Amino acid sequence: MTDIFALAGENLISPIVLSFALGLAAALARSDLSVPEAAAKALSIYLLFAIGFKGGVSVADHGIDATLGLTLLAGIILSAALPFLAFFLLRVVSRMDRLNAAAVAGHYGSISIVTFVAATSVLESRGIASEGYMVAVAAAMEAPAILSALWLVSRGEKSGRMDAGLWREILLNGSIVLLVGSFAIGWVTGPAGLAEIDSFIVAPFKGVLCLFLLDMGLVAGRGMQKGRKAIGLGGVAFGLLMPVLGSLAGLAAAMGLGLSTGGTVLLMVLSASASYIAVPAAMRVALPEANPSIYLTLSLGVTFPFNLVLGIPLYVAIATAVVGG
Amino acid sequence: MQTHKAKRVEITIEKVMQGRLTTTLQAADVTGYTILPVFGGSGRSGEWDRTGQVGRAEGMVQVVCIIRPDRLDTLLEAAFEVVERHIGVVCVTDCEVLRAERF
Repeated sequence: MTDIFALAGENLISPIVLSFALGLAAALARSDLSVPEAAAKALSIYLLFAIGFKGGVSVADHGIDATLGLTLLAGIILSAALPFLAFFLLRVVSRMDRLNAAAVAGHYGSISIVTFVAATSVLESRGIASEGYMVAVAAAMEAPAILSALWLVSRGEKSGRMDAGLWREILLNGSIVLLVGSFAIGWVTGPAGLAEIDSFIVAPFKGVLCLFLLDMGLVAGRGMQKGRKAIGLGGVAFGLLMPVLGSLAGLAAAMGLGLSTGGTVLLMVLSASASYIAVPAAMRVALPEANPSIYLTLSLGVTFPFNLVLGIPLYVAIATAVVGG
Repeated sequence: MQTHKAKRVEITIEKVMQGRLTTTLQAADVTGYTILPVFGGSGRSGEWDRTGQVGRAEGMVQVVCIIRPDRLDTLLEAAFEVVERHIGVVCVTDCEVLRAERF
């Protein structure tokens, strides 16, 4: 327990978390501070490219082991299964209606790539190695949860709309294409490729992440202001409890797969995080009657800050205690 | 100068639906339109603005079409297919254009 508090304390005063806190505080104080839309987009492209590339290089460097396919499969199963847990929990804790509960549940089966990036940064700074292919697992976990959410809705009176165009948008959304594409480039070019561009994608990484999280803090703060009435106390309790339960599911899967401590942390983070980019867009098309204020506020305004500030150190401590390292 | 009567249709819709709307309009032979970014607003679904968007889920766009009055129903029927279940506004106004053969 002392370790968890020490880690959390260390994490709290890291530039990454403090940048996020600055953005959050500025938004809550109604400051006009903002990161231009195009700049935020450029920062996110940089981060996705860097994290994908480094993952690919790691795979090229260490080779593929037998757990790659199984970890991908586990990721897909977790993504498809976690919405059922989230749905049940939401209905118990907040008594939310079926449609909105299913829409929220879909977000909690999918992942937050920014939380994943922040977790890799924490692991790097603590010298904890992880499997490079976890980037591919992150990409694989984006979509299955959406199907589970639509299935949950179809059990009630309403149904979701899923067409070929929506499938293409989900599977080929910019984040997935960039992540998988840069992973492939890193894999093909290997350490030699990294040596050519490391001054661009390694050294500035944390600084760029700080700026991006400043923007995320602003977004989360403004989201909280707008959506706090929509979610209620039950919703907040769900947003804090669900990531912990999700991380435990990720821990169980990682232990079954025999992942390293770093890999275990990352699978816990992926299972604990909630989408606020790919799934909300899919839900607007497939379930337009669901209230976006509820699912965006929960994933971005409650769960994302929780994971960033307390969740990641908690998952590192648990993985270290259970797996070792 | 000679002007000609036309209809201006403004469809304010979620950004995620933009591609679906324009594809449907083109299928209905409405090939001329302009897409404008929308900075923010407030409506039945609450307040929103372009700042603080990390994805396309909350953004809105406005699709503006100017067409001959006799083609209005075709356009509205096509548009309604897409916007029926979604947040948004469809507004029709009278306008005049200089070169009727272009619409």
